[in-house]
Order: sequence, then C-alpha cells, then structure tokens
Amino acid sequence: MELLNLPYHAVRPHLGRDLSVEELVETYLERIRRTDEVVRAYLTVTADLARAQARRWDARIRRGEELPPLVGFPVALKDNLCTRGVRTTCGSRILENFVPPYDATAVRRLVEAGAVVLGKTNLDEFAMGSSTEHSAFFPTRNPWNPEYVPGGSSGGSAAAVAVRSALGALGSDTGGSIRLPAALCGVVGLKPTYGRVSRYGLVAYASSLDQIGPIARDVRDCALLLQAISGKDPMDSTSVEVPVPDYASSLRPEVRGLRIGLPREAFGEGLHPAVQEAVLRAVRVLEREGAEVEEVRLPTLEYALPAYYLIACAEVSSNLARYDGVAYGYRSPRAGDLYTLYARTRAEGFGPEAKRRIMLGTFALSAGYYEGFYRKAQQVRTLVRRDFERCFERVDLLATPVCPTPGFRMGERLEDPLQMYLVDIYTLPVNLAGLPAISIPCGFWEGLPLGLQLIGRPFDEGTVLRAAYTYEQATGGSPKAPPLVEGAR
Amino acid sequence: MRIHQELVAHIARLSRLELTREELDRYGLQLSTILEYFSRLLELPTEGVETTSHPIPVTNVFREDVVRPSLPVEEVLAMAPQTREGYFVVPRVLEPES
Repeated sequence: MELLNLPYHAVRPHLGRDLSVEELVETYLERIRRTDEVVRAYLTVTADLARAQARRWDARIRRGEELPPLVGFPVALKDNLCTRGVRTTCGSRILENFVPPYDATAVRRLVEAGAVVLGKTNLDEFAMGSSTEHSAFFPTRNPWNPEYVPGGSSGGSAAAVAVRSALGALGSDTGGSIRLPAALCGVVGLKPTYGRVSRYGLVAYASSLDQIGPIARDVRDCALLLQAISGKDPMDSTSVEVPVPDYASSLRPEVRGLRIGLPREAFGEGLHPAVQEAVLRAVRVLEREGAEVEEVRLPTLEYALPAYYLIACAEVSSNLARYDGVAYGYRSPRAGDLYTLYARTRAEGFGPEAKRRIMLGTFALSAGYYEGFYRKAQQVRTLVRRDFERCFERVDLLATPVCPTPGFRMGERLEDPLQMYLVDIYTLPVNLAGLPAISIPCGFWEGLPLGLQLIGRPFDEGTVLRAAYTYEQATGGSPKAPPLVEGAR
Repeated sequence: MRIHQELVAHIARLSRLELTREELDRYGLQLSTILEYFSRLLELPTEGVETTSHPIPVTNVFREDVVRPSLPVEEVLAMAPQTREGYFVVPRVLEPES
C-alpha cells in the first residue's frame, strides 16, 4: 500500500534499485482490479500493453541506457485521446468500437518520455458534462464517497489518480473538465494555456476552448507530466512556438512579493460557505508565505457562463457533424436514404447531453438567431478576456473556488441541465480567455475534498505551479488519500 | 425565450437528429429554460465590441509542404461500417434520371 501512496518523483529513485517497472505496473494493475468494481474509472484496461512497455523499460534500465524523465510512470488516459490500436470511445455509443489508426501527440510524447499506459478512462460523452454521469457506458463514482459524482468530464482520470489505480493521468479541459474533477476527487489538475499542448488526436469538442492537461497526486508530478506533453506541434496549427521552461526543476516554495487577486464577483451569491471559507483560508496561507493579496474585479463573470455555453455548443454542432455513419463509428441498421442514414445514426448513437448541445449550438448558429446569440456571445468573450487582462496589470495570479459547492450526489443534477452547467461558473471563464489554471486540494467538507483555483497569465504555468507548490509545502506536502485506500495516511 | 414545438423540430432536422415526439417535447422544454437563463446576455451592452473567436492571436500559420505517406487505405477503411472495392458505401444520393 505504501508504494501506491508515493508520487512518481518519490518512486523514481527506487526504479532499477529495489523496484522494477514491471513490479510497479503490476501493483497498479492489481489496484485497478481491487478498486474499479466500485469506482469504475476505466473504460478499457490495457494490461498486456502496460506489461510489455514495462518489460522494455526494465531491459533498458538493466543495460544502463540513458532514460527519459518519466520512465515507468503508470498513467491513465482520458478516452477522448486517440491511441493507436486501442479502442477510443469518447464515452459514446457512436464510437463504441472505434480503434484509431494514430496516437494523439500528447500521448506519443508521454510514452516517449517513459510513461506506461494502464488504460483509458471514463468521461461524459465527448467530454460534455460535469459529473461523468453522461458516459454512455456507466457513471464513475467519487472515491471519497461513492454516493457522490467525481465531477467531469475527466471524472475517470481524476478518480483513478485519487483512488490510486493510476499514478497520474491526462484529461482534457474545455470549460473545467480537468479542474472540476480534480477538485472533487482531491487531486491536482492543470489546464494549460490554450496553445501550450497540441490538440492533435484529441477528439474535438469545442476547438477554440479544448486543451489537454495533467492530473496528478501532487504539484511536482503535475509539473513533470506537463513538461512531457508541452510544446509546438506541426500537426496542430494552434499550438504555439513558445519556449517550454523546466517546470519541475524550477519549483520552489517561494511566493514572496507575488501579487494574488481575489475577484470580488467570485465570492458572492451561490457560493457554498464551506468552499468560500476553505479558499480564503488557502489564500491566507499564501499571504503568510509572503504573497500580497488584493481584491480585483471581474464584472462580466456572470455573463461568461451563457457566452461559454453558446460558443461551445456552436462548435459542438459543427465538430460533431462528422459522426454521420459513413467513414467510421456507428451506423443505424434502419438507415434508408441519405437523410435517414444521418438522422437515425445520430439519434441512436448520441446520448441526451450530446443531443441537447448539438441542438443548442445549431439554434445559436441558425438564421434569425445568429446575431442575437452566437455573435453576442463572441463579443462577450472579448469583454471577459479584457476583464482578465485588466486584472493581470495589477496582479500575477487570481485565486477563486473551482466549484461553487463541495460536490453533488449522483443523479442530483442529471435531469436539470442548467443546474449542471452552473457547476462550471468559476472554471469556464478561464477557457474563454485561454489562460492556464490549476486546481489544488484545499480542505474538506463532510469528508468531501474542496479545490482552490489559481489562474495565471498566458503561458505562465510556471508561476501557477510555484504558488500551488508553495501552498502544498506549507500545508503538509502531497494531498491525502481517500478512505477507500486502506492504510492511507 | 420559448422554444415551441415547430422550432425544436426545425432545429432537430438541421441537426440531423431523428427525434420522437416525446423527445421533442422534453428538449423543447429544456432548451427554453436554458435559453431563458442565457438571455441575460442581451442586457449587456456590446455595441462596437469586436468578436473573439479564438483565445490567442495566431494568424497564417505556415509550414513546409513536405510530402509524407498517408495512412494505409486498408487501415482507414477497416473502421467504416460498409465498404466496397476501396470505397465507403452510402445510400444513393442522386435519383437516376427517368
């Protein structure tokens, strides 16, 4: 059990000495068998692939070869990241049997950096959701309390890292899909700046908002994973040619002189008092460590949510048009002419949330409503971006809650889509502006973990990580394990 | 914002989703609730504000036009629901001339 509780940077010194990669990977595969009946984080477990990769690394270690930075790191991948030869479902019936002929760039880079892939994790269909209940296959449960959702849409990845059935994971974040489940599962999750990580091979949800990022046990592991996947990729023209700093080796517990802004609008109506208290307590810890805290304003915050959903759904209606039953994926057996081939394939292949968002987006883009909804939303996006720019003239980071509540029960918001959307109120403005942001555990309420969000300037993941690391070090190191983990600290 | 049944049916058709009567009713109601909340956008003055379609300022990203092998045809077709002689099979699109 002790081994399962160690972050990768603490495991690494043992590899090639008193621990082989194969033993490490076998320990994690056994852990998946022990926990996944309850948690259901995985859609596919790639045990044979993981064992083969592990043995190859062990052989290279024995031969004394030079090793990449993440050698033997057992990871889980959200099932909207293409993996060559391994089924990639996006949590949807329409891609239930889809086996991609290529790897996503982030996956390829992670594997080249030494990571060992344990499997593919559950998600809300096409990453559209905040609870992982919208998976077409089954919901994932929160390891801290199986009556509660793990958050979404990267709920499988976050739950796996929390329950120790993966040492780290990749997720994707379009409006909070890494940060929200990281917060609700008590792990660390980072959404990089838009353009920091290549989106090639990430099945598109909303292309102007999507970004791949790491979910990890602690901030140092998070930095290591981010390092491996970052950088310009010729296969994604929106990935940016900006130097990637050495995140992990520049981590130090030092925030003296750092200016942190608390947006007044983020601490108002609708915020659960326990979350507010935990976030403000966390900010006071950073203040004690030398940061300067001041109030700032985000006057358009309440308009970000409708703008986000209109833009995201418009992009969904376009991106999901490709699922037509022709080149790959599900085809309805009741298809007659071309129209019914499309309309029946899509009606049978998509779940309710995908249908809602496709229709919402189609509406926002349709004749007569385009100006009033879609164009308006894009103008509001400009205002949201300017709000953030004004804040970052005065401060280096913004601190907010991740989720307005300490989580919610399975089924609680499933039949009320608007209530589900409101969960993302603090995370989605960050995607509209393309900024980097981290979610780190900052306390508990009735046994459920709470998250602090730190938002940085574009491409300043380094400062975000440093502040998160300072908080983590000042509050006792790596976050705790859930009670499901026997012998947990 | 009230989405009446005729409008839901129109949106569903544009979306290429064949929905049942019951689904049309349910989605109509849900979309109405959502759009009513979203209508608060309209109270925000945005006259003269430019639109943002992309969070970072990138334009005209060029790269060398280098010839590379594409994915093998068999591998690509292997994922298709129906193929014949190296092609995807779809229902007839054009009616034969009479």
